[in-house]
Amino acid sequence: MSVTQMPQGTAVVDTGSGLPAGAADTGGAPAPAGLAAIELVGVSKSFSSRDGNVQAVERIDLAIGQGEFFSLLGPSGCGKTTTLRMIAGFEEPTQGRILLYGEDMVGVPPNRRDVNLVFQSYALFPHLNVFENVAFGLRRRKVPHDAVRRRVGEVLELVQLEGRERRRPKELSGGQQQRVALARALVNNPRALLLDEPLGALDLKLRQAMQIELKRIQREVGITFVYVTHDQGEALTMSDRLVVMNEGRIEQLGSPREVYEQPRTRFVAGFIGTSNLLSGRVARVVGGSALLDLGPGERVVVPLRGGAVPGQHLDLTVRPEKIDMTGGPEPPEAECRIRGRVTDVVYLGSSTQHVVVTSTGASMVVFSQNRGTSGEASAPTHDVWLSWRAEHSYLLAEQEQAGDEEPREETGGTQ
Amino acid sequence: MTLRMRARLAPYLLILPGGLWLAIFFVIPIIALLALSLDTGNLINGFRETFHVATYVNQLSQYHTQFIRSFVYGTIATAAMIAIGYPVAYWIAFHGGTRKSAYLFLLILPFFVTFVLRTVSWQFLLADQGIVLGTLKNWGLLPQGFRVLSTNFAVIAGLTYNFLPYMVLPIYVALERMDKGLLEAASDLYANRREVFRRVVLPLSIPGVFAGILLTFVPAVSDYVNAEILGGVNQVMIGNIIENQYLVNNNYPQAAALSFVLMAALLIGVFIYARALGTEDILSVSSG
Ligand SMILES: Nc1ncnc2c1ncn2[C@@H]1O[C@H](COP(=O)(O)OP(=O)(O)OP(=O)(O)O)[C@@H](O)[C@H]1O
Ligand SMILES: [Mg+2]
Repeated sequence: MSVTQMPQGTAVVDTGSGLPAGAADTGGAPAPAGLAAIELVGVSKSFSSRDGNVQAVERIDLAIGQGEFFSLLGPSGCGKTTTLRMIAGFEEPTQGRILLYGEDMVGVPPNRRDVNLVFQSYALFPHLNVFENVAFGLRRRKVPHDAVRRRVGEVLELVQLEGRERRRPKELSGGQQQRVALARALVNNPRALLLDEPLGALDLKLRQAMQIELKRIQREVGITFVYVTHDQGEALTMSDRLVVMNEGRIEQLGSPREVYEQPRTRFVAGFIGTSNLLSGRVARVVGGSALLDLGPGERVVVPLRGGAVPGQHLDLTVRPEKIDMTGGPEPPEAECRIRGRVTDVVYLGSSTQHVVVTSTGASMVVFSQNRGTSGEASAPTHDVWLSWRAEHSYLLAEQEQAGDEEPREETGGTQ
Repeated sequence: MTLRMRARLAPYLLILPGGLWLAIFFVIPIIALLALSLDTGNLINGFRETFHVATYVNQLSQYHTQFIRSFVYGTIATAAMIAIGYPVAYWIAFHGGTRKSAYLFLLILPFFVTFVLRTVSWQFLLADQGIVLGTLKNWGLLPQGFRVLSTNFAVIAGLTYNFLPYMVLPIYVALERMDKGLLEAASDLYANRREVFRRVVLPLSIPGVFAGILLTFVPAVSDYVNAEILGGVNQVMIGNIIENQYLVNNNYPQAAALSFVLMAALLIGVFIYARALGTEDILSVSSG
């Protein structure tokens, strides 16, 4: 995770989280083997606007492997589109280098980069029919007419739009337009396909269908996909690996499972899924794990990545579905257990969500399956025990100190 | 009245004001014009309806030169307006930045002055011994016999100048409302700058050019002010003849016949033009 394979084979860590380098070396998703399809080295981008400079992207290091489905995930304005546009060539980085298959792309215009962008708004040519829209790139590359007809036919079949060649974009539904946009990029067989929230304009059902479709197409053609989304569910289900971005920086890079189960920072924990945050002081360090100082009978163990000293303040997170909830005064047999009081119960159909305030004052969310046995759900004000296995405690990186190197111009009020 | 009846009547009620307007200011005058063109008589004894079709024949044989000249001038001026107006519109739309409205304002600023005065000021500027030509001649940079006024060039240039904004504005609108993402999409799909223009910008701005042609060609062909002020005896356009027949000779039937032929010729031309391109394309500037 967060490991960028440099050409020389050295591992460089930049999570923007102020972690010591060693702390990140806990295995994780395989970094791309061999030559990376796309590589970003120390890429920054700032825009000058009326009210000063906007730092859209800040010192990003990334290596995306060939044939990988790679996602950029983050909240609005975190620099996802800017990153993609720099790869496509519509913006030049203010600093750093962008490599495509090892070749430096700085100064190369978009029409001479072998990547294609699927625009969020599709940007289909309204004066051309579906066939001519898809054929546009091939024609610019002077592909012979027969080959154009064959290739366009194949790709339209791939996106299931055969028979619609003569339609104008206006005469297609949103999902069909989206597939034309995809076909228009795919037909060129680029070295990488860049997709900027391609499903953003679709309704939920169509979006889910298209997610499966996109994944199928990516498997079939084997092209590297760089996928931008602010939908964490989408990123988790579709990606081989993903980065979570925040304010122009990479917060965490890893497989969906790692990012979900082992969020490295408070931000990632909060952005991806419902997260439960606990904090406390270290009582003892035993065999690579820290025991937190809590009330009688309570115990929380968290595996450490670096060192820790007694008395040190730690933040950790536990995913709601990993937590068991039991009533009664007897503490359960578990590595981690903490007392709490139910404050809120929400019936969700197949499960029930409980909000529990722990003895430390933290508010935690717990899900319990509704298996039909009565009394499973606890009513508000009930005292309960929450318990989980030590491996599901996940240590968060300490919060970044403000102004850790160069101050961000547009910082403020985002905590 | 039932709702259904009202719903069926609604379109007709809505079209009523426009329909009345057309009837009063277009259909009735045309019929009156046609009737007048077939009259005989004179101003003192009055005109009477005699269905005298011969007026058309003799007027056309007498003034076909001016007719043809008007269409030639109009065509050249319209072409010149496209050649000058397109780049201007393009520049304002794509490179105007935050000052687009200011540039557009500058473009139409001269047109706050009356048509005739504007043209007269050109006459003043371009006079044979005026500030420009006179000075150049005094410096020996131009031969004494050189002239601009009373040439074909002067009249066509005057037409071009006077109607230019009506060409620039519709082209500007078409370019301005074009989704700039399309230009990026084209260059992402391997189009170089020339191909981006030729394959995307130009086809999408054609409706604006068509609208500009409609707005400028018709008034340019029927104009008489430019020929009157900037032209000489060899630049007389059909508009001047009509004006002369009405106001000087007071031969109303002849003037009406010429007007009618001019109008019919323009209408047929516009109709063929619209047919050839499809009205949809002409009118689709707004539907982008
Ligand atoms: N051309 C520009 N000029 C000035 N600032 C810009 C420009 N483009 C982007 N920015 C700024 O850079 C930051 C990142 O923008 P970007 O479009 O990359 O965000 P994003 O992650 O794609 O967000 P969203 O999910 O809303 O699309 C924002 O603060 C934005 O205001
Ligand atoms: Mg974006």
